Amino acid sequence: MTVTDARTWTAVCELARIPVAAGVAALLPGGEQVAVFRTEADDVYAIGNIDPIGGAAVLSRGIVGDADGVPVVASPLYKERFDLRTGECLDGDASVPTYPVRITEGVVHVGSV
Amino acid sequence: MSRTLVVVGNGMVSHRLVEAVRAEDVDGAWRVVVLAEEPRPAYDRVGLSSYVGSWDAAALELAGSRYDGDDLVELRLGDPVARIDREAKVVTTEAGFEQAYDALVLATGSYPFVPPVPGRDLPGCFVYRTVEDLDAIRTAADDARSHRGRAAGAVIGGGLLGLEAAKALRDMGMSPHVIEMAPRLMPIQVDEGGGALLKRLVEGLDVTVHTGTSTSEIVADRGRLLAKLGNGTELDLDLIVFSAGIRPRDQLAREAGLDIGERGGVIVDDRCRTSDPAIYAVGEVAAVEGTCYGLVAPGYTMAEIVAAQLAAGNDEATFPGADLSTKLKLLGVDVASFGDAHATTEGSLEVVVNDAVAGTYKKLVVSDDTKTLLGGILVGDASEYNTLRPMVGSELPGDPASIIAPAGGDGGGIGVDALPDEAQICSCNNVTKGQIKGAITEQGCDTVPKVKACTNAGTGCGSCVTMLPKLLASCGVEVSKSLCEHFTQSRAELFEIVAATRITTFSELIAKHGTGSGCAICKPAVASILASMAPVIGADGHILSGDQAGLQDTNDRFLANMQRNGTYSVVPRVPGGEITPDKLIVLGEVAKDFGLYTKITGGQRVDLFGATVDQLPHIWKRLVEAGFESGHAYGKALRTVKSCVGSTWCRYGVQDSVGMAVALELRYRGLRSPHKLKSAVSGCARECAEARSKDFGIIATDKGWNLYVCGNGGMTPRHADLIASDVDDETLIKLIDRFLMFYIRTADRLQRTASWLEELEGGLDHLREVIVDDKLGICAELEDAMAAHVANYADEWKGVLDDPDKLARFTSFVNAPGTPDPTITFREEREQKVPVSLGIPAVAGTEGRA
Repeated sequence: MTVTDARTWTAVCELARIPVAAGVAALLPGGEQVAVFRTEADDVYAIGNIDPIGGAAVLSRGIVGDADGVPVVASPLYKERFDLRTGECLDGDASVPTYPVRITEGVVHVGSV
Repeated sequence: MSRTLVVVGNGMVSHRLVEAVRAEDVDGAWRVVVLAEEPRPAYDRVGLSSYVGSWDAAALELAGSRYDGDDLVELRLGDPVARIDREAKVVTTEAGFEQAYDALVLATGSYPFVPPVPGRDLPGCFVYRTVEDLDAIRTAADDARSHRGRAAGAVIGGGLLGLEAAKALRDMGMSPHVIEMAPRLMPIQVDEGGGALLKRLVEGLDVTVHTGTSTSEIVADRGRLLAKLGNGTELDLDLIVFSAGIRPRDQLAREAGLDIGERGGVIVDDRCRTSDPAIYAVGEVAAVEGTCYGLVAPGYTMAEIVAAQLAAGNDEATFPGADLSTKLKLLGVDVASFGDAHATTEGSLEVVVNDAVAGTYKKLVVSDDTKTLLGGILVGDASEYNTLRPMVGSELPGDPASIIAPAGGDGGGIGVDALPDEAQICSCNNVTKGQIKGAITEQGCDTVPKVKACTNAGTGCGSCVTMLPKLLASCGVEVSKSLCEHFTQSRAELFEIVAATRITTFSELIAKHGTGSGCAICKPAVASILASMAPVIGADGHILSGDQAGLQDTNDRFLANMQRNGTYSVVPRVPGGEITPDKLIVLGEVAKDFGLYTKITGGQRVDLFGATVDQLPHIWKRLVEAGFESGHAYGKALRTVKSCVGSTWCRYGVQDSVGMAVALELRYRGLRSPHKLKSAVSGCARECAEARSKDFGIIATDKGWNLYVCGNGGMTPRHADLIASDVDDETLIKLIDRFLMFYIRTADRLQRTASWLEELEGGLDHLREVIVDDKLGICAELEDAMAAHVANYADEWKGVLDDPDKLARFTSFVNAPGTPDPTITFREEREQKVPVSLGIPAVAGTEGRA
């Protein structure tokens, strides 16, 4: 399948640089910050790095795990969990943006929304 | 205008009365004057024997007994009332102080009965009732020891109080004799079979029991005492303690012309009113409809009845009669007696299980159709008391013999479900099963501490605390010990699993003993267990090694404390709060060079705020080079050991508190625990280091150190409890080693030592048995674990600086190293920088968090 890709893709780092069940922060060209996570199952997700509840760019430093099988990160500020697939907060009325991810030749890329 | 209530006497019941009046008298209609004979605020007379050893009378003091900050209570100590002028409504003390009253409550208690034995007034003869009595006994024992190396003592009276006195003598290092006129010990509470076992168990504890005989004469014999018993035995003694019962102190009332009972005591009606409408009597001096009660619980009931009449104008409450059931641990032996223990009910039947091998005696008294429980006696093991006593008068759930049969598997015993709602669960505070159920189902109390706070159940002697989780469970509140959705085990169970299997990674532990991939609850909890156990199980001791890094909670993850804007604060260790000027200058220079906000902490060190993730290694490189190391302010670990300046400088100090604080801080630095650990060492009893607000606090004495455990400040402040006194340096450290390791092994996640103790079955006594008496035989293991921790300690920050892999994680942006986070900005306030928030509304309840 060939798809014409209009997105801007930003190289973040080699996949090996992200420890299993952990995250890193990356800067997009427009100044947006993304938090990129690698789960236990080796899935990679990218969401906004700013915790909308605590109001600081820290989500990449949260603990990665699951809630009833849903992959989540818990904010390091007040521990609200965010669904890594949808950006929805499981513990409050809030959400963060999500970003597409692709891995090319072992390098993780995050796409613009 | 306010009226005056005068309370004569200042014992436990008097204190309860004053507290109840002050709680119910919302308009402040009464001014309360308490006139006390004893020189100290009201104390726990029931627990008097615990004074031996600690010799700390303040520890016995009842909470609130100084009435600090309450202008409506006046407490006059050390000046007993000499007479009551009922006509003028005035009392006069021995010192001549006169006090008018509108209402008077007699709470004078009782005095020890001393049988008319010739020689009973000789020096060396004592009674057992007050702190001063115990001080006098101690002086005599010390004196005898200094002359002969060992003191010999005897107690006259083998009832409840006699055995308590025997315990006190034993705790002073004697092997006491107990002389009881009746054919068995505790004749009121136990029967012949129970008494025989009790005697055997007590004699096993180095006490010589003489039953069925009395003391016919005491004579002075070359500086000692010779007690001649009716059975011909003669005992050479240094001291004799009379503890043969009590008599109401009704002298004042007699002289004032109030009605007195045939066998003593001030006659009162079922509302505790005497023959004078302005005068009430409560506690042991009161003869309620002719009967005196020598237990504290009925006294408390009387106090509340009087308080309701005086303060709330409520005279509906009447004395319901008292449950004389007792459960005690005397000299370490369980004894319980409840209901019709002696089977006096017509047609009643007795079912006895007497197990000489196990050392237990259990008897149930049942109605003639064997269906209704009437009473019982338990000796050696009274664990069924809590469920059996509330069932008195109701139908038994099964065959009586099976209920007290030795538990083969889970067969024996009955559950809390079988109890009727009106069954009393907490006899100290008269709380029924129905009231507790109401608190759980209607007031939403879903934990043991909440039930305790709401109903007061379990806040007295604590013996019913073990029933509360069962009641929660029976109301459908799951008191699940599961750590989280990924582990059904409690933290303590996971600790044991790790200890036994020596699993060293989270992934292996969750694969074998849990489900899913973990969460922000179980990951840090397991990380803490792995860190506590690292030297024992052979795990990498650095918390950022391997897969451990991703398990660490917010602060541990970057070995610094995350602040509200995502920057970090840095706290180097300053052991004991002692720091050289040069090192202080380094802290200032580092803060200046990196532009950090600085603040002095409550733990006697310096906190540097506003560092970004990528600055942390650079800051620490400077600090480590200057000889600093991690202060673990970010960890559930030992924080600081605060100290006052101690005997080195202070004119009042009696020990080197700074030296001890430094030694302790260096010994326990880096120790990971279920929650943070704080400590302090004070160099004298003035307690300038506030050691009693710490998880473990040490206060110097002129003989050594007193160790206090399980205190904390914070939201629910709690003073630490004394667990050992006058110990030397070596013993102190050994006890703290054991205490900390026992806590680390058994506490729940994020449970401070104070709430851990609150939920620990058996409370402080159990803790003392485990870490002082080594009852579980685990002390050597606990000490070894601590020795391994001490031997393997290494500075975490140095570990990061020495390892490129760990260093690489301290990056703001993985694709733009060196670029600062553009969302972090600061403004200036009082000449220092402070964070500017992102303008996203703060979550409710977190605004203003410092």
